[in-house]
Amino acid sequence: MATLSRADVEHVAHLARLGLTDEELGRLEGQLNHIIEQYGILARLDTESIPPTAQTIELDNILRDDVPRPSLPVDAVLRNAAESAGGFVVVPAILGGAE
Amino acid sequence: MTDDLTRLPGYQLAARLRAGDISSRDITAAHLDVAERQNPALNAWLTIDRELALADADAADARLGEARRGGEAAVDGLHPLLGLPIALKDLVSVEGRQCTAGSRILSGYVSPYDAHITERLRDVGAVILGKTNMDEFAMGSSTEHSAFGPTANPWALDRVPGGSSGGSAAAVAAYHAPFSIGTDTGGSIRQPAALCGIVGLKPTYGRVSRYGIVAFASSLDQIGPFARDSRDAAALLHAIAGRDDRDSTSAPAAVPDELLALPGDDEAASSLRGKRLGLPREYFVAGMEPGVEARVREAVAALEKAGATVEEVSLPHTDYGLATYYIVAPAEASANLARYDGIRYGPRLGDGDVLSNYLATRGQGFGAEVKRRVMLGTYALSAGYYDAYYLKAQKVRTLIKADFDAVFDAGFDALVAPTSPTVAFPLGARLADPVSMYLSDACTLPVNMAGLPGLSVPTGLSDGLPVGLQLIGAPWKELELFRLARGYEAVTAGAEWRGVEPPALTTAGDAGARTPAGAH
Repeated sequence: MATLSRADVEHVAHLARLGLTDEELGRLEGQLNHIIEQYGILARLDTESIPPTAQTIELDNILRDDVPRPSLPVDAVLRNAAESAGGFVVVPAILGGAE
Repeated sequence: MTDDLTRLPGYQLAARLRAGDISSRDITAAHLDVAERQNPALNAWLTIDRELALADADAADARLGEARRGGEAAVDGLHPLLGLPIALKDLVSVEGRQCTAGSRILSGYVSPYDAHITERLRDVGAVILGKTNMDEFAMGSSTEHSAFGPTANPWALDRVPGGSSGGSAAAVAAYHAPFSIGTDTGGSIRQPAALCGIVGLKPTYGRVSRYGIVAFASSLDQIGPFARDSRDAAALLHAIAGRDDRDSTSAPAAVPDELLALPGDDEAASSLRGKRLGLPREYFVAGMEPGVEARVREAVAALEKAGATVEEVSLPHTDYGLATYYIVAPAEASANLARYDGIRYGPRLGDGDVLSNYLATRGQGFGAEVKRRVMLGTYALSAGYYDAYYLKAQKVRTLIKADFDAVFDAGFDALVAPTSPTVAFPLGARLADPVSMYLSDACTLPVNMAGLPGLSVPTGLSDGLPVGLQLIGAPWKELELFRLARGYEAVTAGAEWRGVEPPALTTAGDAGARTPAGAH
């Protein structure tokens, strides 16, 4: 199984949107590789014809009637937001320039 | 007098409440006093909500009074949990209260709604005392990964209570409440139950609705009860189990009322006769402490003496469980934890640019173990690695489940095994090497992978620290597991170790305010 390079660790951190210090990146490189090494044991098993298990409960197509019902009140939802205005959560601009 | 009430199991408190000896307010006040006095030393609770708890108690007393005016049938119709105190792991949503999941990234967050189980507990009139400490986002086996300091084991203050539901386990072991709620994804109810000397159940996946429970790994998470007696744990399961439309993985399986009618010691002792139990040889893992193995083998002998047959069986894929779990669970966690971005809730860090806000909020808001697992999960799911890791792990999961299916198809009533390879280890002992911590769950996580119910019950002490015996059942067989546990409790009722209280409690009440160790 593959080993992670420092660049790989930085790439994964970016995918996960985790801002890590140099110290953390260095420590994680060692720890992640040590853990990934443990995954090697799985290669011993022939799973070519084995179906994957996504969930153990064997329930299919759980449906309910499409009946609208009250959701959380807007003010309750916004109470936890770092910044809100006019019934919306205020977020940093995503698109640059004038709209 | 106050101490007497906290030493009674829930079902005896319920009887005295109905007899009119005591009120819910008496019971609640007694437990609040103990919890508040000892929490500086134990750090089991993140919040003890005295006024709210007493209000719940008064409401329960009023309900009981009204039922009495309605006659015997009305009183009989009340749930055994009415008026009794319960602790909730701090990932259970309770409207108007904190829900940190043991993390800084949810600092200041106040739940705007009740979890399904919270609604159920309110329906039956239970009294919520507060929220308990936990490993951050349920990732851990020692409660040392909490952002709010570790919890101490009531049996020895320099040892871990287990995790991730360490606060809930310690609170019940220390008599702060007769009941508590934990969650179990890889062992996080059963292992702390074993390390703290109490009863803990992970129900069948789908038994209890996960609506309003902070998610870690959605195909593995289950909510379950802690108590000091299997009758109490069964009553709590009865209160919270059942289909909920808001969790499409919650099963329509019927919840048996017999969970409220487990027999007393006299009747229970004979219930082990004729039971066919399997002892999986692979669960005596490398690194198991000799004292733990000895207690488990003594338990097997006791079960045989009580008339059960115990045969060695094989679950050949057991040793692949650790690798499989540590691919599947982090992968699911990396998806579930993507929502913590500082936008809708929690602290928003960073310099105002959306990407740098994400990086700062998540980099500083998550602790080390969470970041480790999010990284593992992201990697296992990333392009080029998905087949080799995540898909492979899902296939091995099929093999692990098939091992259990074969044993139950062969007619075994349940499996009996150790819960944890060791007794409670010292604080700090397993922090340097994450894998050493992961090994704590070697005997528990295969049960989550297979979605089966698992129950840990106390079975003696080793070097003065509790050992847990694990009972594993076929899907939906929690009642059968509780009956076996009740039988075991009955045949060991006179055992010397049952009369031992956690020794650290005599000093825990004297400790002054303790500075939390802090997150790392």
